[in-house]
Amino acid sequence: MNKRLTRLRNDIPLYMMFIPGFALVFLFSYMPMFGTIIAFKQINMRDGIFGSPWVGLENFRMLMNNSNAWLALRNTVLYNLVFISTGVVFAVTLAVLLSLIKNKLASKVYQTIYIMPYFLSMVIIAYIVYAFLNMESGFLNNTAFVNLFGGEKVNWYTKTNAWPVILFIVNAWKTIGYSSIVYLAAMAGIDPGLYEAATIDGASTWKKIIHITLPSLKNIVIIMTIMDIGRIFSSDFGLFYNVPMDSGALYPTTMVMNTYVYNMMRGAGAAGSGLSAAASMLQSVLGFIMVVSANAVVRKIDRESAMF
Amino acid sequence: MEISNKFVNALIHLLFLALVVVFVFPILLVIIISFTDQSTINNFGYQIIPAQTSLDAYRYIFTSDMGVGHAYLVTIGSTVCGTLISVMVMALYAYPLSRPGLKGKGFFTFYIFFTMLFSGGLLAWYIMVTKYYHMGNTILALILPLAMSPWYTIIMRTFFQTTIPMSVIESAKIDGAGEMKILISLVLPLAKPAIATIALFQTLAYWNDWFNPMLLITDKNLYNLQFLLQVMMKNIQMLSDSAMSAEVASRFAGNIPEDAVRMALCVVAMGPILIVYPFFQKYFIQGLTIGAVKG
Repeated sequence: MNKRLTRLRNDIPLYMMFIPGFALVFLFSYMPMFGTIIAFKQINMRDGIFGSPWVGLENFRMLMNNSNAWLALRNTVLYNLVFISTGVVFAVTLAVLLSLIKNKLASKVYQTIYIMPYFLSMVIIAYIVYAFLNMESGFLNNTAFVNLFGGEKVNWYTKTNAWPVILFIVNAWKTIGYSSIVYLAAMAGIDPGLYEAATIDGASTWKKIIHITLPSLKNIVIIMTIMDIGRIFSSDFGLFYNVPMDSGALYPTTMVMNTYVYNMMRGAGAAGSGLSAAASMLQSVLGFIMVVSANAVVRKIDRESAMF
Repeated sequence: MEISNKFVNALIHLLFLALVVVFVFPILLVIIISFTDQSTINNFGYQIIPAQTSLDAYRYIFTSDMGVGHAYLVTIGSTVCGTLISVMVMALYAYPLSRPGLKGKGFFTFYIFFTMLFSGGLLAWYIMVTKYYHMGNTILALILPLAMSPWYTIIMRTFFQTTIPMSVIESAKIDGAGEMKILISLVLPLAKPAIATIALFQTLAYWNDWFNPMLLITDKNLYNLQFLLQVMMKNIQMLSDSAMSAEVASRFAGNIPEDAVRMALCVVAMGPILIVYPFFQKYFIQGLTIGAVKG
């Protein structure tokens, strides 16, 4: 008993080290979690989280009857499905191609360039997109371009149908390099002996990719995909808010859960706050269920790769 | 594994070069526009090779009262302070977690890990931070929300665990060193590669942050560069409305090079990243794959 007490006392300096991080996480993560009770309240900023009156499930009832909420949910899921499926194909292809380059320096240079957009903020990327699409003088609306295709200037920021494609391109541009690096790192772990043996057996490069490279990536692909599916109800706020410049005309194809939650919170008074709180609580709960089940599936496939 | 067929090899390189253009061109376009003369833009739109170049946009940015210089200072200040504070806080949290046999380790790990799975939602967060902590329109709003990343903390813990032998710590203890001293003079130097990479990514997170100011800042004196850019994008008018000193006003005589200025702002904000990027390229790539170290 005494020994354990001394040990605990000796460890006090170690426990003290937790304090700053513990406090920050408490303030910025746990307090807001307790704050989710506002989803069951009639929110007004003056009375805050604790003073506002309870209204039960009223906010959720409103949410269910709100067509924009359903739209946002649909868009979120659809965009994620497209991003996930195409992302894997692009990234794996790029990684395999990169691994084929003999010249190590060239390979490094390519990688460095492809990852670059990942480090730019979505505000910057919104400017880059604007340089292409701007109505008066954007690159796709400049004189040379418009003459070449004999068309007229297009006001892209009101063309609803174009945005699924535009956002798809922007997202791919930003993230492909990054995800291919992850796969490339996984490929570095493949036993080179396998390739040597295949060469002796007279296998072509194509055969080696099909029979050695891709099968050994199978697990990490499955795991990354499942993890992405776990996040299917959330989306990159910056991509859907900054890049379309929050243009109201585009909402039918650009509004996703995260932007819905933000716009309801900012611009729609007390009713909006209720919708915002209810929507983000729903998003958190669904997200939690998805991630935990995704992890359970990953655990089944490969214990080592499970997140927890 | 390599390609023996010369033709296929050339084809692959061609594809990669095409991709290089795809990745570089958009950024280059922004830079070119920022140096284009406004009347050229008015006549022809944005071009790859502008008929007439001009430095007006940059002159305008640094002489008008748009607050670019000030926003730069806010960005640099919050990035430096933020990175230092966050690396310190995370190292302090990660070190005890890396010690075998510490009681309650499971709880402290779960405590931060759970926040990656569940969040309280934007509105609750916003009300807490503004109404209860009164952090709206303070410099703290730009620093504290990003300071503690559970993910990087767990990575750091794993790194401490796997690279620093317990025997080294034990012998330092026998020599009478306190835990704090062990962390600072023994563990951190040994963990330099991980610390450097995480510091780099935190620097980037602070430099690129527009989300927290968007929620919490309305005072123009606390605009950082990214947020200033975001506001400018939404409110094109602000460019022409921003109060000008008489000297600037007379120089531009009401003809603000609007398009070029906007893109020049963008160049000014991404410039440092693009300049630094090639030199730290190794750490950037390392940081992307560091998560692969099993937590």
